[in-house]
Amino acid sequence: MSELTQAPVNDAAAGTPQPRLRILIAKPGLDGHDRGAKVIARALRDAGMEVIYTGLRQTPEMIVDAAAQEDVDAIGLSILSGAHNTLLPRVIDLLQAAGMSDVPVFAGGIIPEEDVPALMQAGIAAIFGPGTPLEEIVSFVRARTAAHC
Amino acid sequence: MVHHSVAERRALARALTRIENGDLSVQDELRAAWSATGAAHRIGVTGAPGSGKSTLVSALARAWRLRGHSVAILSIDPSSPITGGAILGDRIRMRELSGDPGVFIRSMASRGSVGGLSAAAADAAALLDAHGFDFVVIETVGAGQSEVEIARLADTVVVVEAPGMGDDVQAIKAGILEIADVLVVNKADRPGARKTVAALQAALDLVPQTSGHHGVAGTALSDAALDAGWVVSVLQTTATAAEGVDALVDMLALHREWLHVSGVGDARRRRRYSQELRVRLREQLLLRALQILGGDGYDAALREVAAGRRTPLDAARELAAQLIIGSEL
Ligand SMILES: Nc1nc2c(ncn2[C@@H]2O[C@H](COP(=O)(O)OP(=O)(O)OP(=O)(O)O)[C@@H](O)[C@H]2O)c(=O)[nH]1
Ligand SMILES: [Mg+2]
Repeated sequence: MSELTQAPVNDAAAGTPQPRLRILIAKPGLDGHDRGAKVIARALRDAGMEVIYTGLRQTPEMIVDAAAQEDVDAIGLSILSGAHNTLLPRVIDLLQAAGMSDVPVFAGGIIPEEDVPALMQAGIAAIFGPGTPLEEIVSFVRARTAAHC
Repeated sequence: MVHHSVAERRALARALTRIENGDLSVQDELRAAWSATGAAHRIGVTGAPGSGKSTLVSALARAWRLRGHSVAILSIDPSSPITGGAILGDRIRMRELSGDPGVFIRSMASRGSVGGLSAAAADAAALLDAHGFDFVVIETVGAGQSEVEIARLADTVVVVEAPGMGDDVQAIKAGILEIADVLVVNKADRPGARKTVAALQAALDLVPQTSGHHGVAGTALSDAALDAGWVVSVLQTTATAAEGVDALVDMLALHREWLHVSGVGDARRRRRYSQELRVRLREQLLLRALQILGGDGYDAALREVAAGRRTPLDAARELAAQLIIGSEL
């Protein structure tokens, strides 16, 4: 194979960077603790993704607004506050209203088993409980966004 | 002041993604937008990590919004050189701008190549400009050459410093003082702010007031001539309390006025276009050259270099001479 097809050409053609997955990680709710969200953000970064990290106390409106401006491929929400049954469906509704229902939303944190079916029904793509291996989350994001990159 | 529909904002966001990905289809949008660029005041904000750039940009945006202006923010953070991934966290400090239809914030990763980032950032800034935002702010971490390149995309460059980062004043250490049109010592609520102001003032006295927007070869005016008449001042802000921000807003407006009246603004824009044109020309020439040479021609030259028979420059000159009839080695 010619060397031409390899790195030197890409380096030189500086105007042609590679597409990358862009993932929004946010922490809705009022509790002030985002260690879990940061761990996931780092894992996705280490997997080569671009993580837009918006920090604490995000309302569903803020999350969807940021997701639209940042044109993300997926949204990950870390929830500890117990308000998941209102916050998560609200994010889904707002995404729909913004014409962004194609953006998958996954959630992590403390969500009781019995609430999971209704949330999945509402359109949440995946829910990861405490102790889910990070590789599982990374593979999920890769699989759900496979068409984008 | 513009108002974009939700659909327009989505379309803008998607176009920015295509710019970042080097997707040529976005050229249609850029072509259509190009004649509408130039109305925004483009402001580059750079400085050491953690000096408070994002917080300050957020406070600035709020102040502009109160005056009825719209604001686009392009926040650029480095990609990991190992994995290519990035954590883009500038939005954390811009929470108060969320939900405001007169503000558009986009985070951008540097994606490795300086040339590529400049080209993408230039196109992104142009697109935001053409969308009618009154201010387009480009935030970068000021640590080296790439930031200087990015700052050159702006009409006005703000370098942000914070006190208490040891005895060193980061902006001086990083050699980015020369690119500043306005210097800000943020975190003025912290001890040592006055000392930092004094250190910057002293350092400014040593910088020939040519300002660092060094032209690329071929531009007509010297830097000294271009930038004569603007005195860089050092302002203090406490971004977290929006203190000193009105004075900064006024100083930025004054600089823009000066750019206009002095003609320096036009000259800087010409330099900017010249820079962009050169980056693109280099890229296009290389692509064409590689197409014409084909894999074999390139590989042959590469073998010569690898075997120690040609220096890279000599090999490149020979390739160029093959391509361009009548050119000298
Ligand atoms: N005391 C004080 N803290 C401030 C001020 N401005 C910003 N900060 C704090 O400084 C920290 C960094 O602020 P950022 O705005 O993220 O700084 P930055 O320069 O954008 O940081 P990077 O983008 O990571 O380079 C945050 O904790 C801010 O709350 C200020 O005026 N006074
Ligand atoms: Mg920042």
